[in-house]
Amino acid sequence: MSLEIIESCVNCWACEPLCPNDAIYEAAPNFLIDPVKCTECEGDFDEPQCATICPIEGAILDAAGEEYNPPGSLTGIPPETMAAAMAEIQAR
Amino acid sequence: MELNMPEQQTTDAAAEKGGCATGSCGSSEDQMSHLSEEIRLKVQNHPCYSEEAHHYFARMHVAVAPACNIQCHYCNRKYDCANESRPGVVSEVLTPDEAVLKTKAVAANIPQMTVLGIAGPGDPLANPERTFETFRRLSAEAPDIKLCVSTNGLALPDCVDELAKHNIDHVTITINTVDPEIGAQIYPWIFWEDKRIRGAEGAKILIEQQQKGLQMLVDRGILVKVNSVMIPGVNDKHLQEVSKIVKEKGAFLHNVMPLIAEAEHGTFYGVMGQRGPSAKELQDLQDACSGDMNMMRHCRQCRADAVGLLGEDRGSEFTLDKIAEMNIDYDAAMVKRAKVHTAIQAELDAKVASRPEIVPIKTDKVYRPVLMAIATTGGGVINQHFGHAREFLIYEGSTEGVRFISHRKVEDLYCEGGDTCGDGETVLQGIIRVLEGCEVVLCSKIGYEPWSELEAAGIQPNGEHAMETIEEAVMAVFTEMLENGKLDDVSKDEEIKATA
Repeated sequence: MSLEIIESCVNCWACEPLCPNDAIYEAAPNFLIDPVKCTECEGDFDEPQCATICPIEGAILDAAGEEYNPPGSLTGIPPETMAAAMAEIQAR
Repeated sequence: MELNMPEQQTTDAAAEKGGCATGSCGSSEDQMSHLSEEIRLKVQNHPCYSEEAHHYFARMHVAVAPACNIQCHYCNRKYDCANESRPGVVSEVLTPDEAVLKTKAVAANIPQMTVLGIAGPGDPLANPERTFETFRRLSAEAPDIKLCVSTNGLALPDCVDELAKHNIDHVTITINTVDPEIGAQIYPWIFWEDKRIRGAEGAKILIEQQQKGLQMLVDRGILVKVNSVMIPGVNDKHLQEVSKIVKEKGAFLHNVMPLIAEAEHGTFYGVMGQRGPSAKELQDLQDACSGDMNMMRHCRQCRADAVGLLGEDRGSEFTLDKIAEMNIDYDAAMVKRAKVHTAIQAELDAKVASRPEIVPIKTDKVYRPVLMAIATTGGGVINQHFGHAREFLIYEGSTEGVRFISHRKVEDLYCEGGDTCGDGETVLQGIIRVLEGCEVVLCSKIGYEPWSELEAAGIQPNGEHAMETIEEAVMAVFTEMLENGKLDDVSKDEEIKATA
């Protein structure tokens, strides 16, 4: 039972002080979660704190490997709108 | 994520004239001269508060605060771009140790640097340990530097006591709304008491914390400036009410800034096609708010790691590897800095003393005011070639005198065309669009081609006042227009609207 931080993390430090188990640590190229220490905040909080403050969609995976904050869930930008905008910029 | 700083000179000469009537404070008539003497003394040397002083005093931001506790629709947390100048963008996040080293290195090498701000790239007060460690050490080790901080306000009430302990006499709060429903269109979520709270519910908490924090700061005698981002169709009309409310609460200055939104920034507003305000819309709102509040007119919307005079960025001279090679003796630097500050002060005093007085025109008739764009490299004089101007200062001439209105940036001046330009607008067409509402351009020189195009667009180029002070030239041109009967007609605005 552990969450995972993946490479889309921008190293903003927001999650690190919130972890009740001190499971999150600075690493290169991005912060990591010690899977031995992580409890997904069970018993401490209703929601895993790192995934609740993380501003980057897709940067934290749950124990099943699913994105805790899927595309569009934090920015409010519909994924297809984002994809269209990025394609338009690429095409310039 | 944003911040503004440094300021102007309050001098005896200026005080005798009832504030820095014109000139050196450019913006003074609108923002500085209305301030109490006590506040003016507190903000002097703070280059962000005066169009003129920022040519003399510099500021810097240190990016020690990467974490944020809210999401704003004009921000993309995947910050990092060396080539962009806008709030929230940085190239290198610093530890407090590194920030202190960098600050001392800059202060020693740019002795005009008077103000250090922490503005992001996240929210400084969402990183209290890093932010306050930096402030604590600088208060002790570099006491000749003024400190300031800007915040979204969510954590502000918890931080006021700590802020009051340091050498911080000025805090900026970004307040975009006092209405949770409008807030829901600006802030998709906040992080509050272990939860991500979305929509109006989150916005309501943020608004309450901002207003509470503002009150607490004012109660402790800490100056509060309020920043607002003007978002057309979202909070543009509402900001007048915001201005009124924050003034009643005791904020000393309101800085309404235009939304910056481009799809390539990856922000919600950028991707969703939300436009920013035109220069004229921004000015109209600032004018509408100015009845209630001192308005700030020349904010350059700096990066969270900006270094140097407003509008310039010397950050690349002070990267960590370069700082590591500098051996800074700060005690010696302080001696040198004090001398430089005294010399600047003397220069500004002399300038204020020798400043020509602008005499209002006494008349019973109503003449419309005229906006003029000025090409200048600073010093309060018209001294720049039209084609070299990267920004124009906008002044208004009227029968009442001359006042500074704003600066307007020329985008893509050095654009090389091709793939990045998009809409095929020439640089000159871009400048003409930026100068919307102006009737005159004052510069030292101007080429034949831009001359004709400006004239065709209804903007009269004028190179006759090169090296004159801006105020004198604006008043002279206004008087000439008045005498030639060019100001008798209805307002040009209405004329433009009628023909549109």
